[in-house]
Amino acid sequence: MITLKINGQQKNWDGDPDLSLLWFLRDEIGLTGTKYGCGQALCGACTVIVDKQAIRACITSVSDVVDREVTTIEGLHPTGDHAVQKAWRQLNVPQCGFCQVGQIMQAAALLMDNPKPNHDQIREAMAGNICRCGCYQRIENAVHLASTGV
Amino acid sequence: MNIRTNPKKLRGFERYIKIDNVSRRSILKGLGLAGGFVLAAPVMSRPSLAAYQTGADKMPHGTVVDPRVFVAIAPDGIVTIVAHRAEMGTGVRTSLPMIVAEEMEADWSRVRIQQAHGDEVKFGNQDTDGSRSTRHYLMPMRQIGASARTMLEAAAAKRWGVPATEVKAVNHEVVHSASGRRIGFGDLAADAAKESVPSVEGLKLKDPKDFRYLGKGQISMVDLRDITVGTARYGADVRLPGMKYAVIARPPVTGGKVASFDGAAAMKVSGVEKVMEVKGWPWPSKFQPLGGIAVIGRNTGAAIKGRDALKIVWDDGANGKYDSVAYRAELEAAARKPGLVLRKEGDVEAALKGADKVIVGEYYLPHLAHVSMEPPVAVADVKGDKAEIWGPVQSAGGTREDVAKTLGIPQENVTVNVTLLGGGFGRKSKCDFAIEAALLSKELGAPVKVQWTREDDVRNGFLHTVSVERIEAGLDKSGKVTAWRHRSVAPSIASTFAANTVHQAPFELGMGLVDMPFEIANVQCENPEAAAHTRIGWFRSVSNIPRAFAVQSMVAEIAHATKRDQKDMLLELIGSPRIVKLDSVKDLWNYGEPYDSYPIDTARLRKVVELVADKGGWGRSVPKGHGLGIAAHRSFVSYIATIVEVAVDDKGKLTVPRVDTAIDCGTYVNPERIQSQIEGAAIMGMSLAKHGAITFKDGKVQQSNFDDFRVIRIDESPAVTNVYIVPPGSDTPPSGVGEPGVPPFAPALINAIFAATGKRIRALPIGKQLEA
Ligand code: FES
Ligand code: FES
Repeated sequence: MITLKINGQQKNWDGDPDLSLLWFLRDEIGLTGTKYGCGQALCGACTVIVDKQAIRACITSVSDVVDREVTTIEGLHPTGDHAVQKAWRQLNVPQCGFCQVGQIMQAAALLMDNPKPNHDQIREAMAGNICRCGCYQRIENAVHLASTGV
Repeated sequence: MNIRTNPKKLRGFERYIKIDNVSRRSILKGLGLAGGFVLAAPVMSRPSLAAYQTGADKMPHGTVVDPRVFVAIAPDGIVTIVAHRAEMGTGVRTSLPMIVAEEMEADWSRVRIQQAHGDEVKFGNQDTDGSRSTRHYLMPMRQIGASARTMLEAAAAKRWGVPATEVKAVNHEVVHSASGRRIGFGDLAADAAKESVPSVEGLKLKDPKDFRYLGKGQISMVDLRDITVGTARYGADVRLPGMKYAVIARPPVTGGKVASFDGAAAMKVSGVEKVMEVKGWPWPSKFQPLGGIAVIGRNTGAAIKGRDALKIVWDDGANGKYDSVAYRAELEAAARKPGLVLRKEGDVEAALKGADKVIVGEYYLPHLAHVSMEPPVAVADVKGDKAEIWGPVQSAGGTREDVAKTLGIPQENVTVNVTLLGGGFGRKSKCDFAIEAALLSKELGAPVKVQWTREDDVRNGFLHTVSVERIEAGLDKSGKVTAWRHRSVAPSIASTFAANTVHQAPFELGMGLVDMPFEIANVQCENPEAAAHTRIGWFRSVSNIPRAFAVQSMVAEIAHATKRDQKDMLLELIGSPRIVKLDSVKDLWNYGEPYDSYPIDTARLRKVVELVADKGGWGRSVPKGHGLGIAAHRSFVSYIATIVEVAVDDKGKLTVPRVDTAIDCGTYVNPERIQSQIEGAAIMGMSLAKHGAITFKDGKVQQSNFDDFRVIRIDESPAVTNVYIVPPGSDTPPSGVGEPGVPPFAPALINAIFAATGKRIRALPIGKQLEA
């Protein structure tokens, strides 16, 4: 039996310890905010924060995150008003929206690490997150807005 | 179009050419039933007050203009408006209801949206494709809103005993200004519902100068907050009690099937519950599943692991030799010989012979995959003769029909719940993934989610076609273009519906080939034959992508050869402001729209070129290694022009410092979403131009995921994309927005690269060509 800490709550798992965190979150405990886009750490749709780092849940097994703090979009902010979330809404960033949870988690992790990223740092940190709808201009502007105060 | 004059070449083709107005679904009907498809009568007659006609009523089930279907008002005043089209990022779930709210004077903060399930008899056509939603529904939605308002006003007037002409709906209430009385929509709801629905002909629409929401761009998407907090529900997010998770191993070669399989190792994987065969249909299989072996698990991860452990022997069938290198050579050979003539003005042969100079360009575009961020996925719950589907489908009505037909149950017994779509781009117009879920649920007697992995999406999709466009331009001594021959060779989407298809369909030929707008004396457009070896489908912007690439590259090639400015050359070719006459084209598709309402108007095309040149600073001086390129294209009855600035360093690294695009999409609803669509189109255009290629070897797709089918990431995206929207004339009909932005991007980029480096790229993607 594995015990995980997700958004401050204990979750138990007695199945395959190699199951990826992504499918555990989505299918086993119903936290569907975290998305599947590639399964190979290529798109960033499944980004969650472990301790203070953005990681790809699709290539992280549940046993890798035992004793770590896992934060998903559902636990990012109690009322959904993290500076990144607010900036995203202010600039109408999403189109279809499917990549946006991953983008927001990546951006939130970036700002924890570097509260005032410049243009190049934003582009570098966000380069692992694909948006097929092509919202990049707004993503960049929203990260900037979140870092300067919404 | 004169396909009919060439009966020997028909081979099962004759039925589809009757279709002059194609939705992604009606082609299916048109192909399946001799004589084309049948239209259900709309609930109300065609409005005579519409200032323009659209092709809306030629779509399956036409339009429904009935406030009782689309609007509900609760006693507390909350107005619920039905969104009957699919939301995949265009904002349609917000903009169509907003039109209703505008006309009925509802206060947007008291409006709630309800997504329609698939029911076209009730709601009218639901095929969310072809950049048609606003274009077909602006007027019907206004009429629905105006009807609701009229009913509310009539109810208030009765209650007060005053003539209806004395009362007026204003911001969620009806007001009698003479007496100062007012009453809220909620208090009027019950009485208003008893009023008869006014005739469309007698409706009074709002004066556009009184619009509060329409054309303003102040209202955000209704799903915005849910998206940012992770509660927005996509197809992948549907969970039902007792639901099983399935993935399917599908034949790697189109038309292949399972010869034998061994599921023993898969069954040993922790969490795997069952291995079973899924029915497939013989190729061409329309939107039916490919078949294969399904692995059922307690979660998706277990099912994927189980699938990895399957041992399957495939029978590849007739397409096992499909090879992209060889096929390109075949297409090129075909493009160098005469093909079926579709448009003919003057005498091209003679004009080319007599030309002072002939410029030839052959342009190649490989297959592309949609790779919507949410791969195909659907949930089905089939119980007895009833089925319920949840999924990200662009065509709710079509999904309902196809699931019903496949299961052999009446359509009325099938409920299709439309979730948000994590991107569509035409892939989710095809409901094979929903049918797969229905088949598995029926077998298992439990709800099932079928999840396509990204690899499945890349390898087993309905790809954008592969094409060679060959253009020969003849110039006289003064440099004037006197001859233009364009041959387009590509396997047709119709091949997914009818075996032995070798010619493109009118709806493909009408995307930038036969509707070419230049003022040239001798023009000939031809379509040599090409057979398909994989499933071809609609991909955002469809055939406009290769056509705009070819035509707009050729414009720049002519400009170079005659030492003229690209933009001046483009304007010269577009020629005088006029309505283009295409008398020699027998079957002009025109995006399904009547030519009277939506002609090819070169004044509008010129205008977007001039606007983007002005705003985008055409001709500005740029640093060394930089270059500017321009391209313009009419598609989905909208007009677009794009300028791209590139920088290419001495190692061949390409960056895009700036993009400017001007669009004329007629009367518009939400300029903020138009802007976002055009920004996104630049990224999709750049993705296909720089990286996009699906290739085949031994019948199999060679790519699998975002590492080998790359799309643009933020660190290579344009630094700035500016969008300029042409303000509409007072009664310019609305036209498409979702797709028109993509086609001009690649040629503008390629022309800019030429300006920067002197390298002319004629085969996409760019890949490593700049490094050479
Ligand atoms: S799903 Fe994990 S990175 Fe794409
Ligand atoms: S908003 Fe659609 S993938 Fe990013």
